Amino acid sequence: MKRAILLLPLLIFLGVAVFLYRGLFLNPAELPSALIDKPFPAFSLPSVVDAQKLISEADLKGKPALVNVWATWCVSCKAEHPVLNQLAEQGVVIHGINYKDDNAAAQKWLSEFHNPYQLDIRDEQGTLGLDLGVYGAPETFLIDKHGIIRHKFVGVIDERVWREQLAARYQELVDE
Amino acid sequence: MKKLIRAALLGLALSTTAHAAIDTYDFKSDAERERYRSLTEELRCPKCQNQNIADSDAPIAMDLRREIYRMLGEGRSNEQIVDYLVSRYGDFVRYKPPVDARTALLWFGPATLLVVGFGVLAVVLVRRRRSAAGPAANTLSPAERERLATLLDKKDS
Repeated sequence: MKRAILLLPLLIFLGVAVFLYRGLFLNPAELPSALIDKPFPAFSLPSVVDAQKLISEADLKGKPALVNVWATWCVSCKAEHPVLNQLAEQGVVIHGINYKDDNAAAQKWLSEFHNPYQLDIRDEQGTLGLDLGVYGAPETFLIDKHGIIRHKFVGVIDERVWREQLAARYQELVDE
Repeated sequence: MKKLIRAALLGLALSTTAHAAIDTYDFKSDAERERYRSLTEELRCPKCQNQNIADSDAPIAMDLRREIYRMLGEGRSNEQIVDYLVSRYGDFVRYKPPVDARTALLWFGPATLLVVGFGVLAVVLVRRRRSAAGPAANTLSPAERERLATLLDKKDS
């Protein structure tokens, strides 16, 4: 009994060590989205390229897609853009939400760097972004063909992220 | 010394208001201003992680303050406003997490540990007192006690 008590500090130390070691590999900037498995929030917003055209959540249904939140003021979006172009070329459906941006700058960006988006949602006030729980850019949602949000990725999608984290999930939704 | 303490206290009191972000919102009443203040202090900025939305200068915190101001103007209750933000950003935005199965350890863990600690302390103290009171007297078995008595008797005679 006495000896068991002597071991107690070691056991406590090991317990704390396990938790701290695990903490080394957690990313505190990654928030779980509150919207996983919920339908895409309702919206009705114009298109970036055509102010007359209104886009709503119904337009997102039909095919699984990536919904990418971007802006011209977002520096890392520039790094992400070529990857999105590449994915679009491979046939991945990508929609864009231009988040709290100047529309003229957004139009210029799209014509200059190529437009990978099938729908260009213009969220100048950030209302849709708020409903989506967006807290920065870039952020990318993965939606299924019924318009249900299935996954959220915060940060730049590069080739490695796509290969390791998103490609399989997207393929799964396509095969569904 | 007293002066120093007074200065430190004054500094502490000022610091809570000094670094708050500056907004120019007009409120209908002091009560509403107070609710705005307590809500923005209780809600956490999703972008900057360790600041509440009252103190943060991040654009998202500004947006959320504006939303809270708007909802207060619409006459929504504190609960409705918090629910509105939680449904979008998750429980992460609450510095006061709800009490449920997931957060039970967080809410009751410290109190449980304290009670367990006092329990251990009590047991240790009681044991120590008992062993100090009479180390041998209480621990002799009846047979041993008889032997002790006969030994003592022998000596007497």
